[in-house]
Amino acid sequence: MLILECPYCGVKAEETELSPGYEAHLKRFGPGSSPEEFEAYMFARKNPKGVHFERWRHSYGCGKWFLAARCTATLEVFGTYPAQVSEPPADIIAKIQARRPDWKGYK
Amino acid sequence: MSEPVSALGGASFQGFATIREIGPVGMITLRAKGLKSLEKAVKAVTGTKLPAQRRIEVNGDRACGWMSPDEYLLVLPYGDVQPALASLGKSLGSEHHLAVDVSDARAVFRIEGEKAAQVLRKLSPVDFDTLAPGELRRTRAAQVAAALWQQDGGFTVVCFRSVAGYVMGLLTHSAQPGSELD
Repeated sequence: MLILECPYCGVKAEETELSPGYEAHLKRFGPGSSPEEFEAYMFARKNPKGVHFERWRHSYGCGKWFLAARCTATLEVFGTYPAQVSEPPADIIAKIQARRPDWKGYK
Repeated sequence: MSEPVSALGGASFQGFATIREIGPVGMITLRAKGLKSLEKAVKAVTGTKLPAQRRIEVNGDRACGWMSPDEYLLVLPYGDVQPALASLGKSLGSEHHLAVDVSDARAVFRIEGEKAAQVLRKLSPVDFDTLAPGELRRTRAAQVAAALWQQDGGFTVVCFRSVAGYVMGLLTHSAQPGSELD
C-alpha cells in the first residue's frame, strides 16, 4: 500500500484517497512542434524500474495536485512536493541520491 | 417561500452508536486565499477566527473549517445563509473571492455514543487515534467523499446530498449491534 503525504494539507493519505496523474515533469510540445516531438510528448513514457516522479491528486481530500518521488520497484517514497515547480526540489534530489547512489538523475 | 427539507427527513438509527441525519444545516463554501479582510469577514459571519491548516473553529451552531489552502467551509443556521452571503460580499468587496450557498447540496450526519469512532473506522482510511479534537478531515466514506470532525463528544459527517441515502446505509450497517471492533 502506498502512503503519500499531501504537501498542501499535510494528511498522510492512503492510496485510495488519491488519484494517479502518471509521470511528472513532462515538457509539453504543442502547436509548432514536429510530429515526432508531439508523439513522444503524447505517448512515450519512461516507465522506469526504480526512481520515478509522479503526479498525484488528493482527490478525496483537498483536491490539489502534487508531485511525488518514489521507487517503482520497492514502493519507497522519497518525498512529495507542491506541483508549482518545473523540476524536483534539491532536498528531494539529495534524498534520492543518498538512498540510490547510482541513480542517474530525473532526465 | 418553500420549507427547507433535509435529505433524509431526519432519519435516525440506534446501533452500538446513534446515527442521526441532522439538518437542514446552512453551509457556505468560501474560496479565498491571503485576502486582507478575510479574517474579519469570517469572524463577522461565524464569530470564529480563521482556522489553521486542517482545523475547524466551532462557535455554538456556527463553525469555520479549513477545506484546502484556498477553501473554507462556513457552517451556520440555515436561515442565516443569505444575510451571511451579503455580509461576506460586503466585507470582502472587490477582493477576489467566491462565496456560494451549498446548504442544499449537502447532507449532515451526527454519530454519537462511546463507540462513535468505531462506526467511522470501518469506512474511512483515517487513523482515528491521531485525529485531534477540532481537526477537520476530508476523506472518503467507502465509495464517496466525506468530511468529518469531532464535536460535542461525537462526530459530524458531511457528504453530498445526492449520496445521503448511501451514506446513511453505510453508517447504519457499520453501527449494527454486535459488530463493535473491540
